[in-house]
Amino acid sequence: MSDAILSLSDVTKQFGSLLASDSVTLDLRPGEIHALIGPNGAGKSTLIKQIAGEIKSDRGDIHFNGQNINALDAVARSRMGLARTFQVSSLMPEFSVLQNVMLARQSVSGKVFRFFKPVLGDKSLVEPAMAQLERVGLADRAQMRAADISHGERRQLEMAVALALEPKAFLLDEPMAGMGPEGSKRLTGFLDGLRGQAPILLVEHDMDAVFALADRISVLVYGRIIATGTVDEIRGNDDVKRAYLGEEA
Amino acid sequence: MFSLFLEQLLNGLQSGVMLFLMASGLTLVFGVMGLINLAHGSLYMIGAFACAAVAAWTGSFWLGLVTSLMAAAIAGALVEMLIIRRLYNRDHLDQVLATFALILIFSEGTRWIFGSFPLFLSVPDFLTGTVILPGGSQYPLFRLAIIVAGLAVAVGLFLLIGKTRLGIRIRAGEADRGMIAALGVDIDRLYTIVFALGAALAGLAGAFVGTTQSVQVGMGEPVLILAFVVIVIGGIGSIKGALVGSLLVGFTDTMGRFLLPHAFATFLDPSSATAIGSALASMLIYIVMALVLFLRPSGLFGATS
Amino acid sequence: MTMNREFLINSILAIALIAVPLIALGMDEPFIITLATKVAIFAMAGVGLNLVLGYGGLVSFGHAAFFGIGGYAAGILASHALNYEPIMESPFLIEGTTQMIVIWIVALIVSALVALVIGAITLRTSGVYFIMITLAFAQMIYYFAISWPAYGGEDGLSIYVRNGFPGINTLDPISFFALCAVMLAIAMVFSAVLIRSRFGLALQGARQNPQRMTAVGIAPFRIRLVAFVISAMITALAGALYADLNRFVSPTMLSWHMSGEIMVFVILGGVGRLFGPLAGAALYIILEHLLGGVWEFWQLPLGVLLLLVVLFARGGLVGVLAGERKHV
Repeated sequence: MSDAILSLSDVTKQFGSLLASDSVTLDLRPGEIHALIGPNGAGKSTLIKQIAGEIKSDRGDIHFNGQNINALDAVARSRMGLARTFQVSSLMPEFSVLQNVMLARQSVSGKVFRFFKPVLGDKSLVEPAMAQLERVGLADRAQMRAADISHGERRQLEMAVALALEPKAFLLDEPMAGMGPEGSKRLTGFLDGLRGQAPILLVEHDMDAVFALADRISVLVYGRIIATGTVDEIRGNDDVKRAYLGEEA
Repeated sequence: MFSLFLEQLLNGLQSGVMLFLMASGLTLVFGVMGLINLAHGSLYMIGAFACAAVAAWTGSFWLGLVTSLMAAAIAGALVEMLIIRRLYNRDHLDQVLATFALILIFSEGTRWIFGSFPLFLSVPDFLTGTVILPGGSQYPLFRLAIIVAGLAVAVGLFLLIGKTRLGIRIRAGEADRGMIAALGVDIDRLYTIVFALGAALAGLAGAFVGTTQSVQVGMGEPVLILAFVVIVIGGIGSIKGALVGSLLVGFTDTMGRFLLPHAFATFLDPSSATAIGSALASMLIYIVMALVLFLRPSGLFGATS
Repeated sequence: MTMNREFLINSILAIALIAVPLIALGMDEPFIITLATKVAIFAMAGVGLNLVLGYGGLVSFGHAAFFGIGGYAAGILASHALNYEPIMESPFLIEGTTQMIVIWIVALIVSALVALVIGAITLRTSGVYFIMITLAFAQMIYYFAISWPAYGGEDGLSIYVRNGFPGINTLDPISFFALCAVMLAIAMVFSAVLIRSRFGLALQGARQNPQRMTAVGIAPFRIRLVAFVISAMITALAGALYADLNRFVSPTMLSWHMSGEIMVFVILGGVGRLFGPLAGAALYIILEHLLGGVWEFWQLPLGVLLLLVVLFARGGLVGVLAGERKHV
C-alpha cells in the first residue's frame, strides 16, 4: 500500500526467549480507523512502543509518510506527525490543563528555545490551545492543575494534547481505559469525527467501540497478526473466535 | 623495583577489599530499598572511633573490633528506624539532603565528643611485625591480615546472599519490592537488618583502616565518594559488581599514584612529573568511571531497564 | 503582578537584604555588611543551582565545580596580573587582569564550556547515576586543584588586592555589597524571565514527565543541557564574587561539602521558588553567626534543622510562609 500513512513490514521483537512481536505486517490508510485488538499479553503495547520509537525492533521496517523511520527516535517521529496517547494518562501534573496543551503547541511551532517572552501571555500558543480544549470539552477546566481534574477529564486532556500536535496519524493506546459508559459513548462519537483529520491506529479492549468505529481490524495473538479485515470479516473469523473464546471486552 | 611493585599491588588489593566492605553495604541498601545513603561514611567513622575508644580504654584490640561492629550496626539500626524509614518513598533529592544532614549531625557530634584531634589505634601485638615478600621487601603483617579478613568477609557475604533465607529475601527484595511485602515478609524488619548489615560492614572497614591510618572526623568522606564510584562502575544493586568495581578502583587508584609520576618522569623533569602525575592519578578513578558509564550506562553488572 | 503571599514574602526578603547592610553602615558595623554580601553571593550561587535543581528537577551534586571555577578565574587572573606574569606567551599573549568585568567574562566562558562537556556526559544518565556522576566530575576538578601546585594547591591562592570595577571603590564594604546585590538582582530577574519563557515551560515539563516531552516532540536532553550550562554560569559568577569577597580562593570552594551547602541554601529556602535561594542563604548565614558564635558545633543543629525541613517542611522557608502554589 504505497498510499498508506503508516506501514509496518515484518516487524519483529524478541526479549530473550519471548517473541513479543512476530513478523508483524499492517498498515494505516488515510481516512481510516484501524483497530488493533488482541487478548492480554498479545504484545500490543510492545508493538505500539516500536511504532512510537520507544524501543527498537530487531527486524522489519516501519514507514511513515513515505519515509523509512527505523532510525528515527521517538522525538523525531513525533515531530514528523505521529501523535501518541498513553494507556495511563501521561501529563504534567503541576501544569494547568492549558499549559499541558500549550506545551504541545510550542513543540509544533518549532520555537522551543525562546528565553525572553513570557509564555503564558503568548497568544499564538494560548489561542490554538484553547481551541483544542474546546474541541474536547475541557475549556472550563483550562486553569485547573492537571493533577486536580477527574480521571475522565485527564483522558480528555490526553486527547487534546494529541490533537494540538496537528498530527498526520494518531496512535491511540486504549483511550477508553477507565471510562464509564457515558464517557465511552462520547469518546466514540468524537473519534468517529476525528478520522477525517488524520487516520487512527486504535488499540482497544472495548469491543463496542471497536465494532462501532473500525474500518478495519487487525487481531494480534502471541505477537502475530492472525487476521486483518473489516468488522464483519473479523466477527466471522474462526481463528479470532478461538483466540477470544471467553474473552470479555 | 619489583618488590616495590608487589608492595603497591598488595596495597591496591587492601584498598580494594576495604572499599568492597563499604561499597557492598551501600549497594545492598540501594538495591533492596532504593535509597541513596550519604551517611554511610559516618558509619565507617563510628566503627573506627568505637574501636579506637574501646581499645584505648580496655587495651584489647579485639574488644574494640567487636565493639565497632556492634556500634555501627546499632547506630545503623537506630538511624534506619527513626529516620531512613521515612525516606524510602521520597525522591532522591530528599534522600540525598536528609542523609547529608545526617553527615553533619554525626560529624559534629563526634567532634563534640572526641574533639578534632585524631585518635590512634594500635595494631594488636601478635599482628605487628612484617612479612618478607618475594623480592625482598617487608610488608606489614597487619595489612596482610586485613586483606585476608576482608576477603573472608566477602566470601561470607556472598554465602549469606546466595545460600541463606535472609539472602533470598534480600535478592527478592532487590527484584521486586512490592511483591515480597505482598508475600508476607516483614519488610520493616528486613530493611532494618539490611541497613544494619551494611552499617556493620562499614564500621568494620573503618576499624581496619583506622588502624593503618588514623581515626578522625571526616575520615569516611573520601571513602564514601570512592564507594559511590565503585557502585556506579559495578552497577547499583550488584554485590558482584561491587567486588569487581572495588578491586578495579583500589588497584587503579593505588597503582596510578605509584606508576603515573614514574611514567611522566621518563620524559619530564622530576617536579613536573610528580605534579602532573599525581594530579592525573587523583583524577584517574573518575576518568575510568566516566568511561565505564559511557560504554555501559548502568555499570558493569547493573540491571539495564 | 498579583498581590499574593509569595509576592509579599519576596518583597520582605528583598527589603531586608537592602536594609540590613544600610543599618549596619549607620551603626558602623562593617562585619554585618560583609555577612550581607556573603548572603547575596550564596543566594546567587543558589539561584544558579535552583534553575536545574528546583525547576529542572536534576539533582546536580557537583555545582561546587562551577562555583570554584569562578573563584579560580578571579584568583588566577588576579595573581598573574599582580605578579606581572603573563598566563601564556605563545601562541597568544594572555595576561592577567584585575578588572572584575573581564574576570566575569572569563568565568562565564570557562564554566559554560566545562558545563557543556560535563552536561553532555552526565545528562545521558538519570536518577542515582546522575547524582553520582555529577559529584564525581566535581571531585575530579577538586583533586586537580589540590594537586596543581602553581595555584597554591591545597593551601589556596590569595588575592592581595580586591579586583576593580569601574567607578566603584571595591574595597569599601558597602560598595562591594551593592555590586553583589545588583548582580544577584540581575541573576534573579534573568532566572525569573527564563522560567516564564517557552524554554522555562519546556524545562519544567521535562522535570515532571520526560516521557510526555518526548511524545510531544521535545527532547528533554537538549533542554536540560542548556539549563545546566546557564545554571553553571550563574553559579560561577557567584564564585568569582566570593573569591573577591574573601580575597582568597582554595579547593574548598570545589569540595562536595560546598556542593552540599549550595543545595542546603536552595532547600532551606524552598526548591523551585524564585526567592528560595535568598531565604535559604540568609537563614544559613544567620544560623552560622548566631549559633556559631555560641556553639562551635553549630552544624549539628543545622543538620537537625535540614533533616526536619526535608522530612516535614518540603517547601522550605518560602513554602511554609507562602503556602502552596496554584499551578506552576
